[in-house]
Amino acid sequence: MIEVNGRKVEWVKNETVTELLKRVKYTFPLVVVKINDKVVPKNCFSETIIPDNSRVAVIHMISGG
Amino acid sequence: MVKNMNIRKYDKIKKKLQNSTVGIAGLGGLGSNAAVALTRAGLGKLVLVDFDKVEKSNLDRQYYFTDQIGKLKTEAIAENIKKINPDVLVETHNIKLTKSSMDVFFKDVDVIIEALDNAETKTAFIEEILLKLPDKPVVAASGVAGYGHSDRIKTIRSGNLYICCDEQAKSSDDDILMAPRVCLMANWEANIALEIILGEDK
Repeated sequence: MIEVNGRKVEWVKNETVTELLKRVKYTFPLVVVKINDKVVPKNCFSETIIPDNSRVAVIHMISGG
Repeated sequence: MVKNMNIRKYDKIKKKLQNSTVGIAGLGGLGSNAAVALTRAGLGKLVLVDFDKVEKSNLDRQYYFTDQIGKLKTEAIAENIKKINPDVLVETHNIKLTKSSMDVFFKDVDVIIEALDNAETKTAFIEEILLKLPDKPVVAASGVAGYGHSDRIKTIRSGNLYICCDEQAKSSDDDILMAPRVCLMANWEANIALEIILGEDK
């Protein structure tokens, strides 16, 4: 089991960040992702595997300032 | 007795703020208003970064005046800050923040405020700062467009990252930017920065 933005989600073996985002339907193109409070660079999403029991934060930024 | 307590609190806050520095990335609606709020609160030093000039269309929400149109935002905001409090140390950098050097001006500040405009730059900035300066508190804002719905705004915290956000707001590409909500979130960011510097107000 992992936690994504506070929500319990089934852990899938060898799942990458890209795959997880797709599975939990985070389709926003611009997000900051943290696994256990460590940021994952965008260019590593497709090769970073999510470990079991991880706490994942997906932060979606909306334009304006 | 209560009065003495207040004086003690006031002195403690004043001293702490005078010795603190906040860095602000972007001097538009969020950055210019956050800088002014922190100046009025008594912050000792600001590090301000923007590459833009003041335009007439900025005056609907940004802390500039008609006679400053055409001026660099870094120069204009420094002028306005000095009018409020000439003792604030203001370090300005008239430069566009670009990938791989986003962190350079913010290494020595106590708190960084993200006050950029588009989602792509915001995301790139936060990602790079968290990677390169993992111990630095970062305050960001997301979803400032529109009006009303003040109660949808909240702070989401993830480690050292604090996001003042309205997750249901539209992008500013599809919605209007207006002073009340932009200033609300700019002040919200400044308020979080104060809380990080001073600790929770008890």
